[in-house]
Amino acid sequence: MRRLMLALAEMWHGLRRNLTMTIAVILTVAISLTLFGTGLLVRAQVDAMKDYWYDRVEVSVFLCGKASDPKACPGGPVTDAQRAEIKAKIVALGPKVQDVYYESSQQAYDHFKQQFKNSPILNNVTADALPESFRVKLANPEDFAQVAAAVATSPGVEQVQDQRKLLEKFFKLLGGLQAIALGIAIAMLLVTVLLVVNTMRVAAYSRRNATGIMKLVGASNFYIRLPFVLEAVVAAGIGGLLAVGALAAEKVFLVDQILQPAFRFTAFVGWQAVVEVMIIVFLTGVILAGGAAWLTVRRYLRV
Amino acid sequence: MIRFEGVSKSYARKNAAALTDIDLSIDGGEFVFLVGASGSGKSTFLRLLLCEEKATSGKVIVNDKDVAKIRRWKVPAYRRQIGAVFQDFRLLPEKNVEQNVAFALEVIGEPRAKVKTAVADALEIVGLADLSQRRPGQLSGGEQQRVAIARAFVNKPPLIIADEPTGNLDPTTSLDIMRLLDRINRTGTTVIMATHDAAVVDQMRKRVVELDAGRMVRDQVRGVYGYAG
Repeated sequence: MRRLMLALAEMWHGLRRNLTMTIAVILTVAISLTLFGTGLLVRAQVDAMKDYWYDRVEVSVFLCGKASDPKACPGGPVTDAQRAEIKAKIVALGPKVQDVYYESSQQAYDHFKQQFKNSPILNNVTADALPESFRVKLANPEDFAQVAAAVATSPGVEQVQDQRKLLEKFFKLLGGLQAIALGIAIAMLLVTVLLVVNTMRVAAYSRRNATGIMKLVGASNFYIRLPFVLEAVVAAGIGGLLAVGALAAEKVFLVDQILQPAFRFTAFVGWQAVVEVMIIVFLTGVILAGGAAWLTVRRYLRV
Repeated sequence: MIRFEGVSKSYARKNAAALTDIDLSIDGGEFVFLVGASGSGKSTFLRLLLCEEKATSGKVIVNDKDVAKIRRWKVPAYRRQIGAVFQDFRLLPEKNVEQNVAFALEVIGEPRAKVKTAVADALEIVGLADLSQRRPGQLSGGEQQRVAIARAFVNKPPLIIADEPTGNLDPTTSLDIMRLLDRINRTGTTVIMATHDAAVVDQMRKRVVELDAGRMVRDQVRGVYGYAG
C-alpha cells in the first residue's frame, strides 16, 4: 500500500513537473523561433532593399563646373569637346554599360529642389553649385572600377562616384544587425534543444512504470517512444504557431503600419517572403524538437 | 522448450559471477521452481530468459532459437511469447483492472474486439470478473497479483515467468496464487517461478532447481524447498 501511495505521489509530481516543462518548451520554442524568423526577415528585407536599390544605383561622373575644386579641375569648366570625349569613352565600354545619360546643372538643380522641397537648404543652393554629370547605369554594378579607370583622369572630370559604395555601408549595418539576431536565435535554438532533451528525460523517468510494462509485454520500441516524440512535436508546434503569429504581427504592425509609411523611398519585405520564413521557422522548430526528443528517448528507453 | 548450455554470466563491477556454467533443460508444459538465497542468481536467470541481458558465455535456447542472437528490433516480438509476473505487481495505478490487463494487448496493437474478449477471459480465469472496474489501490495484494497474472496470461503465451510472485503476500493468499499458476500450467503453459517461499514449494511438489552463488546445486523432480533428498 505504501509503495502504491509513493508511486501515486511520484506520478502526480511527474505530471505537474511535466506540465511546467511543457509550458517552458512551448515558450522557449516560440521565443527562439520568433528571433530566428526575425533574423531571416531582416535578411529578406536586406535582399528586398538590395534588389530595389542596386536596380537604381548609378555611377555618377561629375564634370568640372564653376564651383569645382581647382585641384581636380585645373582646366576650369568642362568644354564641349571634353564632354563629347568623356561620353565616347563611356560608350566605348560596350555592353557593360546598360544606359548612360547626361544631367545638366539645371536638371540636377530641379532634382534637388524636388528632393528637398521643404528644407531650408534649398535657399542656399543655386544651379551653378551643382555640377553637370553623366549618369552611367551598369549591367553589373560590380564593374564600377572599370568605369572609373576609363574616365577618372580625363580632363573635364571632377569626380567619379559609385552610389553603391554608400549603400554598402548601410547594408553592412543591416547585415550586422541580422548576424546578431541570427546569433541570438541559434543560441536560443540550442537552449530549446537542451530543454527538450531534459523534458524528455524527466518524462521518461516519470513514466518508467508504464514504459517498463510496455517493454515487458513486447510493445515495439516505436510504439513506446512515439508518445514522447509526439508530445515534443506538439509542444514545438504550438510554440511554432505562436512564433508564426509573432512574425505576422511584425509584418502587419511594424513593417506595414510603421516602417512603410515612414520610409516611402524603399521597398519592404513582402508577404511571400514572410510566408516562406514562417514555413522555414515552423518546420525548423518541429523537426528540431522532434529529433531531439527521438534521440533522447532512444537513449533513455533502451530495450 | 528451454535449454541452458553452459551458461555463465558475469558483471564487470562484481568479482563473483552471477551465474556459472548452468546446464539445464525445461520441457514445454513443465512447472519449475527456481530456489536459492538472495543473490544466488535467480533473477539473472530470469533476465536472461527475458532477453534483458545476454549471457557472457554459453547459450540460452528458447524454442530452438539462441536468445542472444535475436536482433534488437525482434526482441519485442520474442517477449510477446513470455508472460512475466513480479513481486511488486507492476500495475498502473491510474488504470482500473480491466484497463491494466487490456494495456498489455493494446500496446502490441491487437484489435479492440480481440482485446475485449481476451481481457474478459483472462479476468474470468483469475476470478476477478466482478472487480474489473476497480483500481489497483482498491484491491488487496492477492487481488493485485491476480491482475498481474491476468495481464501476463491474456496474450496466451507458451511461457510464464514469475519472480517471487508471493513475496508480498500472506500464506493463504500465496496458496491461492499458486493454485492459479498451477491451473494456468495445466492448460499447457510452461511456468518458471523464482521463490524464497518454502511453504509453497513444499506444498506443490514440482520440479525444483536450486541455485547457490550462481551454480546449480540441485535439480529435483517433485522436490521440496529445503534440503536435498
